[in-house]
Amino acid sequence: MIPGGNGWTGSPPRGDTEGRPPVRRGGLGGIAAPEGLSELTRLALRRDRIMLPAWLYVVIIGVAANAYTFSRLYKTASSRAALVASGRSNPALLFLYGRLNGDSVGALTAWRYGVWGALFAVLMSIFLVIRHTRGEEEAGRLELIGAARVGRQAPLASAIAVAVVANVVLTVVLCGILPLLGLPAAGSAALALAIGTCGLAFAGVSAVAAQLSSGARAARGIAFVVLGVAFMARAIGDSAGASGPSWLTWVLPLGWTETLRPFASERWWVLALPLAVFTAGTWLAFELSARRDQGAGLLPDRPGRPQATAMLRGPVSLAWRLQWGSLAAWAAGYALLFAVCGAAAQGIGSLAGTSSALEKEFARIGGTSAIVDAYLGSLMLLAALLAAAFGVSAVLRLRTEETAGRADPVLTGAVGRVRWGLSHLCAAFAGVVVLMVVAGVATGLGYGIRTGGSGHQVASLLGIGLAQVPAALVVVSIAVLAFGLLPDACVAVGWTALGLAVALNIFGAALQLSHWVLDISPFTHSPRLPGGTVPAAPLIWLCAVAVLLAVTGLSGLRRRDIG
Amino acid sequence: MANAIEARGLRKRFGTTTALDGLDLIVRAGEVHAFLGPNGAGKTTTIRVLLGLLRKDGGDVSLLGGDPWRDATELHRRLAYVPGDVTLWPTLTGGEIIDLLARLRGDGHDLKRRQELIERFDLDPSKKARAYSKGNRQKVALIAALASDADLLVLDEPTSGLDPLMESAFRDCVSAERANGRTVLLSSHILAEAEALADRVTIIRAGRTVETGTLDELRHLSRTTIDAELNGPLSLGDLPGVHDAVLDAGRLRCEVDAADLNEVLRRLTAVGVRTLTVRPPTLEELFLRHYAKQTAEAGAAS
Repeated sequence: MIPGGNGWTGSPPRGDTEGRPPVRRGGLGGIAAPEGLSELTRLALRRDRIMLPAWLYVVIIGVAANAYTFSRLYKTASSRAALVASGRSNPALLFLYGRLNGDSVGALTAWRYGVWGALFAVLMSIFLVIRHTRGEEEAGRLELIGAARVGRQAPLASAIAVAVVANVVLTVVLCGILPLLGLPAAGSAALALAIGTCGLAFAGVSAVAAQLSSGARAARGIAFVVLGVAFMARAIGDSAGASGPSWLTWVLPLGWTETLRPFASERWWVLALPLAVFTAGTWLAFELSARRDQGAGLLPDRPGRPQATAMLRGPVSLAWRLQWGSLAAWAAGYALLFAVCGAAAQGIGSLAGTSSALEKEFARIGGTSAIVDAYLGSLMLLAALLAAAFGVSAVLRLRTEETAGRADPVLTGAVGRVRWGLSHLCAAFAGVVVLMVVAGVATGLGYGIRTGGSGHQVASLLGIGLAQVPAALVVVSIAVLAFGLLPDACVAVGWTALGLAVALNIFGAALQLSHWVLDISPFTHSPRLPGGTVPAAPLIWLCAVAVLLAVTGLSGLRRRDIG
Repeated sequence: MANAIEARGLRKRFGTTTALDGLDLIVRAGEVHAFLGPNGAGKTTTIRVLLGLLRKDGGDVSLLGGDPWRDATELHRRLAYVPGDVTLWPTLTGGEIIDLLARLRGDGHDLKRRQELIERFDLDPSKKARAYSKGNRQKVALIAALASDADLLVLDEPTSGLDPLMESAFRDCVSAERANGRTVLLSSHILAEAEALADRVTIIRAGRTVETGTLDELRHLSRTTIDAELNGPLSLGDLPGVHDAVLDAGRLRCEVDAADLNEVLRRLTAVGVRTLTVRPPTLEELFLRHYAKQTAEAGAAS
């Protein structure tokens, strides 16, 4: 889809002397490229010049670094034997990671990071395509562009072009990096292509989703649902065993990263499936887009209440109304993910006992010799980091409201600034608590059902989950502080704070950073041992820091200009 | 309380740009006050300072007898605001937003009046705000403001998205509000609107007040346009108050400052007049004159 020198790029051709409009030819199979495509693609790439490289960096480094660690931990065939046995038989692992094809280091890498690498590529594609199609349209910016000398289909085509560029870069770089880590070239290419084509397939899916709904959030929601269904279909197909519906793995894109069998006598023809989805999705999206009005969706906007209910009466209920939908979606995702991960805990225990290197690795992450406890502890760390991400995005909603001009109608009512700030801050704080409760209960239930004694496990994990809340609130409060004092930079500051915490707590120990550096992250101070006593002092300190940061941020908000 | 709004020497800077440079604005209680100026003159900045959204850098300002920054929350119970660029929550319906805005003001609100206004402005309140056009979004904010019992209405270019029919409905509503004793600050660059509605006018440019007063007072300061067919030759070249005079085949067209009007009329009757049209300047002309004068001064300075 990236044509070269066929009229898609370069300066637009002039019309002839009789003043007829210029006719442009290009694209594939003689389909004319829409006017303005190259300009819009360049605009999109410019707008994404930070975000897109960051996504690519995270996906590439994530897959490559993990592949590297994996190949170091399992050098010999004998060290792999137990893992291979476990990977073939443990339903929890099959559910999470997929089928294990073969017993080479490459096959293990593809098993562990194929589906998850593809998942991240898919997320990247969804965000990219919807941001440049429905997101722009909803914001009204496409009207300005649509009125210029730009083809009707150019915005959609440019969004797809950007997604193609991103996924091609991802594939090519992975193709180059994986062999350097000592993996076979053919298998590396297969794994890279499996990830890249999966991203492409969802570029097609997102393009269709963007046509269906008239809101960008809802369009992303549709794409996420497809992604969730794809993940569950392959997870069930993989873990169901020989007698179960194993065909489910073949049905949707994420499963194709396994059925391609990278590093284990590759089935190259499987690549045709995601490419077919991409082509079909793109075609359908163009067809739908040609048949609808600018700004309209295909799914009708249902009329709502002509009057507000008594519930919607102030800034707090407004913030709740604006945020509960995403919190509910997060909570549902949490329940599913952590129940599954909790259920996998028992298998982790039996797996880790087979490799001293892995045992050491787990011990380092969790800081304890009890492998399962360490696993459950890191699970709660993961839950807390994700919950902090929800909290940060909920707080940054304040900034979105402010820059969109929707803070004005609230603040020109009889609503003080602190009350308005607190309304979204409450949604963020409450959301973090809710998510950690869901994570603790779901993990406890998942683990408890497999080991017996659910009640005990739920109580213990709920305790650990809640013990992570103060640290998450500190990160959220940093976003509040930035919103009050440095509004222009608050989005960057909020996400950087979270990114720093993730880097320190997920990779810090493996990078053997000193304790002084690790102590910067609030999560370093959270107790994470199931069954252990929870020391109160660090939690009180963390709460105090969170409150101090939030209060400073809110008092900054009282003093600064709005807008 | 004589004045609803009193701003003197108001200053506001954004980084290196000066938005307000010693602006004066007096709005008397119970009047409709038009706040005029070209784009970028500082109308919206002034309004945002009055609403306590921006902090002034200098000058004195009081609103309904209070300090708009310090007493913002209390003062906002007594005013309603329609922003120039209305943005609404896309997932809420127009009806929900109207009710929400009333509740945010702490208003016990009048359902009958709300319904009347919705019908008058022909708004579908069950539509999601995402589906509204600019004009419909503006109607939502206008209905919420007009249905309130606020003492002061602050309207920032309220008709910029309305069609002529809705514009006239809006004018009727504002006239009715004045009759009810409410104070209205109406920022606009649509001069006909100010002419039709306003008791007094303040014209600003580049963050400064250029002129303020009733329309009559402003006209007093300005030129009268004269069209006449004459019986004989006439010379006006020696009068400094006569501008743009064109005399062509016995037909005169000129603009005259108030100071020289008497003298011009005397000379016209002396030569004999067949037809005569004398027009007061429209606000458009007033406005253009300020604009042109400032531009000329700026040109001369540079």
